[in-house]
Amino acid sequence: MSDVTMLKIGDNIIIPIQVELHDRAAMKVQEDVLKEIERTAAKGLVIDVSAVSIVDSFLGRLLGETAKMARLMGTECVLVGLKKEVVITLIQLGFIIKDMNTALNLEEGLELLQRLRFGRTEGEVEE
Amino acid sequence: MIWEKDMMVAEVPIKSDEDVIVARQKVRQLAQELGLSLLDQTRLVTAVSELARNIAVHAGEGKVRVYRFMADDREGLKVVFEDNGPGIPDVEKVMEEGFITMGSLGLGLKGARRLVDVFHIRSAPGQGTTVEIIKWL
Repeated sequence: MSDVTMLKIGDNIIIPIQVELHDRAAMKVQEDVLKEIERTAAKGLVIDVSAVSIVDSFLGRLLGETAKMARLMGTECVLVGLKKEVVITLIQLGFIIKDMNTALNLEEGLELLQRLRFGRTEGEVEE
Repeated sequence: MIWEKDMMVAEVPIKSDEDVIVARQKVRQLAQELGLSLLDQTRLVTAVSELARNIAVHAGEGKVRVYRFMADDREGLKVVFEDNGPGIPDVEKVMEEGFITMGSLGLGLKGARRLVDVFHIRSAPGQGTTVEIIKWL
């Protein structure tokens, strides 16, 4: 397993990224997350990057991909805790995290997950 | 600028993605010591991450050198990325804003350019690539 902690709380997996990940380590986290989703059949995934001081194009792309992969497995993903410096830098870098649910912090992220899972009205079709 | 002077303060060899992290941490520390704002530190370190990764991915091996840069009216950090890799054919074209390249190279270079105050690139097929960036205090 990677050095990153994965917490299973109820139906959700929460991953606080606390270390600076080099590219291979980040890819390993992606693989481990998918393994953990498969093993636990989690319905929600929160990736907390509030301790991450740099998100470059590689990590940004990897996070976006991970969310898409999780969704293909039936797990909604929310990215939380992007710092303001990181957000400004990402946009100026020209990187746009597309199709990704984000929230300010862990608490808001968990609320968003609840809404994503249960908040849709009957018959609403997701793109 | 009437006069300018630089002093090398760090050199990090780049061979793998772990070395990219070492370069980032070194530049972060020096940027903090110089007194760059947290936002400018983040911009500079992100640019360093993109450019050092280009060395690891496209050239396999190279060097990152960091300089304290002083000119008559200001001070900053200069970071030089040098490799003897395959080089970039038609580097001007790659650096054009509208030009879309496959893979990470174009986005990394152009993105890095937007995050710093000065950006110079020199590259030719078979002659490696040198990128020089400056972030002013």
